[in-house]
Amino acid sequence: MSTSLARGWETVIGLETHAQLSTRSKIFSSASTAFGAPPNTQASVIDLALPGVLPVLNRGAVERAIRFGLAIGAKISPRSIFARKNYFYPDLPKNYQISQYEIPVVQGGTVAIRVGETEKVVNLTRAHLEEDAGKSLHEDFQGMSGIDLNRAGTPLLEIVSEPELRSSAEAVAYAKTLHALVRWIGICDGNMQEGSFRCDANVSVRRIGDPKLGTRCEIKNLNSFRFLERAIEYEIARQIDLIEDGGHVVQETRLYDPDRDETRPMRSKEDAQDYRYFPDPDLLPLEIQPAWIEEVKRAMPELPQAMRERFVTQYGLTPYDAATLTASREMADYFEAMVATLPKEPKLCANWLMGEVSARLNREDVELEAAPVKPQSLAGLLARIADGTLSGKMAREVFDAMWAGEGEADAIIEARGLRQISDAGAIEKIIDEVLAANPKSVEEFRAGKEKAFNALVGQAMKATKGKANPAQVNEILKKKLAGG
Amino acid sequence: MTAHLVSLAELSRQLQSKQVSAVELAQAYLARIEAHRDLNAFLDVRPEVTLAQARAADARIAAGGAHPLTGVPIAHKDIFVTKDFFSTASSRMLEGYMSPFDATVVRNLGEAGMVTLGKLNCDEFAMGSSNENSAYGNVLNPWDKGAVPGGSSGGSSAVVAARIAPVATATDTGGSIREPAAFTGVTGTKPTYGRPSRWGMIAFASSLDTAGLMTNSAEDAALVLGPMVGFDPKDSTSVDRPGEDFTRDLAKPVKGLRIGVPKEFFGAGLQPDVEAAVRAALEEYRRLGATLVDISLPSAELGIPVYYVVAPAECSSNLSRFDGVRYGHRARTYGDLNDMIAKSRAEGLGAEPKRRILIGTYVLSHGYYDAYYIQAQKVRRLIAEEFRRAFEQCDLIAGPVTTSVAFGFGEKAADPVAMYMSDLYTIPGSLAGIPSMSIPCGFGAKGRPVGLQLMANYFEEAKMLGAAHQYQLATDWHTRIPEGFR
Repeated sequence: MSTSLARGWETVIGLETHAQLSTRSKIFSSASTAFGAPPNTQASVIDLALPGVLPVLNRGAVERAIRFGLAIGAKISPRSIFARKNYFYPDLPKNYQISQYEIPVVQGGTVAIRVGETEKVVNLTRAHLEEDAGKSLHEDFQGMSGIDLNRAGTPLLEIVSEPELRSSAEAVAYAKTLHALVRWIGICDGNMQEGSFRCDANVSVRRIGDPKLGTRCEIKNLNSFRFLERAIEYEIARQIDLIEDGGHVVQETRLYDPDRDETRPMRSKEDAQDYRYFPDPDLLPLEIQPAWIEEVKRAMPELPQAMRERFVTQYGLTPYDAATLTASREMADYFEAMVATLPKEPKLCANWLMGEVSARLNREDVELEAAPVKPQSLAGLLARIADGTLSGKMAREVFDAMWAGEGEADAIIEARGLRQISDAGAIEKIIDEVLAANPKSVEEFRAGKEKAFNALVGQAMKATKGKANPAQVNEILKKKLAGG
Repeated sequence: MTAHLVSLAELSRQLQSKQVSAVELAQAYLARIEAHRDLNAFLDVRPEVTLAQARAADARIAAGGAHPLTGVPIAHKDIFVTKDFFSTASSRMLEGYMSPFDATVVRNLGEAGMVTLGKLNCDEFAMGSSNENSAYGNVLNPWDKGAVPGGSSGGSSAVVAARIAPVATATDTGGSIREPAAFTGVTGTKPTYGRPSRWGMIAFASSLDTAGLMTNSAEDAALVLGPMVGFDPKDSTSVDRPGEDFTRDLAKPVKGLRIGVPKEFFGAGLQPDVEAAVRAALEEYRRLGATLVDISLPSAELGIPVYYVVAPAECSSNLSRFDGVRYGHRARTYGDLNDMIAKSRAEGLGAEPKRRILIGTYVLSHGYYDAYYIQAQKVRRLIAEEFRRAFEQCDLIAGPVTTSVAFGFGEKAADPVAMYMSDLYTIPGSLAGIPSMSIPCGFGAKGRPVGLQLMANYFEEAKMLGAAHQYQLATDWHTRIPEGFR
């Protein structure tokens, strides 16, 4: 990004994102949408486009589209139209795709993204419902092609952004925000490896200050954030090089090859098909009454943006912490469950969740939902830090034991005798003994050697097997040495 | 056995009272089908399937409480898919195709106990007005074997005219029930669009395709229509209305009924023989106490151009699924995937579907869509609006079904536009989606039958059937049987 800017170019990116909706059955048939079944076992007579079949719209798909529209503050069309997009392909059984063309169900809306410290609001053009195609497998069939129609008819929400993204970093931030949002509101599982969430990127470049958009290329089917970033970076550089060398960009569809880290032309605009869109006469216009929208609204979870703001005001967290904790609904729910148990220590809860717990999850490659320590249990541990029973170091030891399944914090503290010594009298007694046993260190300290102080603290901790409250040890020792 | 000479009500009475068994009846009709194979009306007959259904019907009657139509034979147009018979839409593309399910119409009638005699020839994918477009040969008109039986439901009209089936299903997109009914002197009924389910009807033009019936009388139609139609959650365009007794107005005199006569249906092009028969029928209604009201449907004549934009547009998309990939005809040799699809379609589809696919592809193309498709939809709404206004002045509309009596084979085959004009009077009702029917009202040139068209407002089938029945009580055109089929 910085390189292109330095070269005097501005990048213009718009994303078209396909989110597979989490309905159990397909958008126009009752066949299952579950991933990974043997080929063609989840294709009904409708998905196979046998003679005489007709589509019937799955209300669950519409409900999810409404949820998305509400989440981005868009207009939900009271009346939208399903159209046929006509083209021949062996894995498109009807040889037309049912999609929304002129009037989509979701119109407008915004998504706020954050790149570094900068927030940016990205406008969306539309989001529309459509069906997925099947899969063609061109290998392993001795020169023939295999067709798997399990995916045919799977409901998709195609989410189209305005061309307002100005760098690969912004594009990735937008895609990640969208990805988190569709999972947050429960309309898409977000599984990118299974193709549940994939992006097409429209990329063009223009001289900084030029009001006219450059010719764009569309990079299809980017199914990881890394590929999205790499493909855009490659494409920006390719287009700038091309223009600077006196050439011009040809409008075309390109594919990103991750092995070679480059984009390659797939088809040019000249070969672009005329899809002959027209309203599907098998389906009535989709009418959405205000009552339905209200019903969906009532069932909507609190959205990340609102939750982020609430975390700052209600719990006194920094905006950064609030953003981190609301990166996923699982994380936010975990945090709030902790705070419900330990209402006075939101900051302590946040620190442990973002620190110890996240590090552990990362290290062991475990999802938060699968963490062996539940939020209430973790709050139980943190309560022992808050009341001085445990030092941070001791708490980490208890946490390890909890993670290993040894039970609740209090039971582990009891079993291991890990109770911190916070009784001033007891600590004083120990310090007196330490001072008596280490006259040399005392002398050195008085001679100005600061290091000797640490040695004395160490001795006190050692004498208590680490159980003394370190802050108290420091304080009392200072007092004793000063008082001579 | 003379079962083929009696009404469905009488057949039902004989079956329920066990004067005749369903098996005997099925055997009698199977024998007539066999005796008149030269009509080429049936594409698939399976006596073992028919007789098994008939035995089941007899068991239901014996058990008591069976539906009145139990054991009554019926034949289905090959546009309806069936589990037990081939479903080809008269296309090479679907030669030997077996459907894993029954069309809702077929299932409904089967549940009412009706016994399937087989599948009926028609124009390929229901595209045509003469049945000359079938991949499996022409159907002959029982009144004159040199004349077409009409289309696309030519097999349906021929078997009912010839009394080799007491009733047959048919489909109407622009006149495919009414025109063949008129050409063969039978009663052809097209209900309101959305009343019968389209599930299992091989689609031609989805916004127009309507299942209906060929019968020997309006009374027969009223009896079968009830169990045939009804809301179907599998068809999004199906209308959710409570069930109806379509026989309820049969006994109602037409006295006081206002019959609208659109002047546009009597213009140039209407042959004098047809006009004379139709005028006589209108006069009969007047004699029976109905009032004739002059009405105008000024946009009706735009029906043909509108229809030949809308129907091909939808057909070009509907027929895309026939690609040889999953079922149906696949070319024996081909290069790549595209070539496989192109060759399979080139070999599997006939000239008329190809012509309409090309027209439809053209009118939906970028740059033409607004000028053709959108414009056609606007005019279509105008036509529907004119019918709505007309029904403020009258209860029914009546006029000719066709400009001429049945023409001879080959007479119009080389001139598609002349052929398309066959549907001049039937297309407006199709575009509006209103119920309409053809009833026999005399004979014209060369002794070929003439039909009278009746049209009613949306969902007023009972009123229309009642008026038709009253006419049939006063006349005997519908009882005439062609020579050689008595």
